[in-house]
Amino acid sequence: MDPVARDRRRALALAVPALAVFAAFWLLPMARLVQVGASGPDGIAAYFAVVTNANYFRSLASTVALSAGVSVVTLALSLITGIFLQRNRFSGRDVLISLMTLPLAFPGVVVGFLVILLVGRQGLAGDVTTRLFDEKVVLAYGMAGLFIGYLYFSIPRVILTIMASVEKLDPALEEAARSLGASTWQVLRDVILPALTPAIISSGAICFATSMGAFGTAFTLATQINVLPLTIYNEFTNYANFSMAASLSIVLGIITWAALAAARSLAGAGVAAAG
Amino acid sequence: MRKLLRYWLQLAVTLAVCAFLVVPVVLSILAGITENFFVGLKSGFTLRWVIEVWNLYSATIWRSIGIALACLAATLILGVPAAYALARAQSRFTRWIEELLTLPIAVPGLATALALILLYGGWRDFRASWLFILVGHVLFTLPFMVRSVLAVMMAVDLKTLEEAAASLGASFRQRFLSVVLPNVRPGIVAGSLMVVTLSMGEFNLTWMLHTPLTKTLPVGLADSYASMRLELGSAYTLIFLVMIVPLLVSLQWAAARAERRGA
Repeated sequence: MDPVARDRRRALALAVPALAVFAAFWLLPMARLVQVGASGPDGIAAYFAVVTNANYFRSLASTVALSAGVSVVTLALSLITGIFLQRNRFSGRDVLISLMTLPLAFPGVVVGFLVILLVGRQGLAGDVTTRLFDEKVVLAYGMAGLFIGYLYFSIPRVILTIMASVEKLDPALEEAARSLGASTWQVLRDVILPALTPAIISSGAICFATSMGAFGTAFTLATQINVLPLTIYNEFTNYANFSMAASLSIVLGIITWAALAAARSLAGAGVAAAG
Repeated sequence: MRKLLRYWLQLAVTLAVCAFLVVPVVLSILAGITENFFVGLKSGFTLRWVIEVWNLYSATIWRSIGIALACLAATLILGVPAAYALARAQSRFTRWIEELLTLPIAVPGLATALALILLYGGWRDFRASWLFILVGHVLFTLPFMVRSVLAVMMAVDLKTLEEAAASLGASFRQRFLSVVLPNVRPGIVAGSLMVVTLSMGEFNLTWMLHTPLTKTLPVGLADSYASMRLELGSAYTLIFLVMIVPLLVSLQWAAARAERRGA
């Protein structure tokens, strides 16, 4: 055999251990999950329960609405902040950026706790509003708290992505547009935003998929918020309804995977959820 | 004039976002070292809560460190050779493998955890051991190791380096150990820090996979948030921050270095 082909075969063989572990501990368990999902009283129909059963459908709809809302607000805030931080140099800028990237290392549980400190029963917002308006604002233990928590989780990640792609923009394009008489708004709409589109699509999809599947923040705030991950968790642990938990989590997995795959084919970059 | 206004508006949004991200962390740190958070800072500072956390939860901290290191070892042994395979034998088949290995981060951890429990939960000794958690962490962190190493491998032109070594008579094994590995070290370092950081903070999978005897740090955190007073949860969070922030800072440094290497 010629040495190049032999080297290629040897190199490929080095992927075998990783693939073996992956097959034994992910593919096989997932196959089992798919099978359990269809083993309930409704059989295969359990996979459609998320649309046919009013409760599960509400849960799905509110999770999608929450995740889409979080993605839009995160993108808007991160675009303003990211473009500003990349385009302006001022004293304290580096400190500001380091402070903003600090939350990258916080898991969802910790974010949930921070939301409680901010808008919970003993939180800062409640304290301030009690003093100012004599009325205590408590938002932590429901959808609003979850929304705030997912914003907290997503903003640092998206800001970094936006800043990285603003850095790669060619300033000559903007100068050309401006010298041709374009207003600042037109430059933003016709030059900057189109150039940032891949970054916007990919970070928006990651933000959406992460919010769809996240569990830690919701778990810390309240286990009764009607989002799909908590519905699955409650089916599994409180009602021991394994088949429904299995089919719902497969459906959820397909949604997050499809969101990321669609974004990747649109944006062309490596896209994956984390946390 | 309008330009100035726009500048100040953008600055205001930026500062508001920054405050939103930083203020809760400051609150948490203060609550962890305050005698009574409800009364306020005037109740005085104390290390009492930190000490109490240590007495109650130090086992979870050691367990998390142990799992993170074991996870690092596993992802190095599995991931670095796999990345090499993907880099050298590029084809539609290897892209497919890469896609497969990334599935555990594209699908929620909850689904992966349920699948593991349904298939292996009946195997009592395995289910009750910390190895059950380790398996979840390896699945979740392996794609990050592979991707980080692969990115550097694609950038350093391994093929030319290896051909040079081969023409001097180096065997496949010698080339892998003394040419490939040293050249992709920045990718390995960045990937390693990523794996340890993610494993230390992993909760989505771990909450389902743990048992009362295999609690990790984030599981302990959730436990303390649910059942202990605010000061104690804060002190526990403080300990977590002291461990995770240096990891994050070195991770960002290593990732920047790996990218320069790649560029």
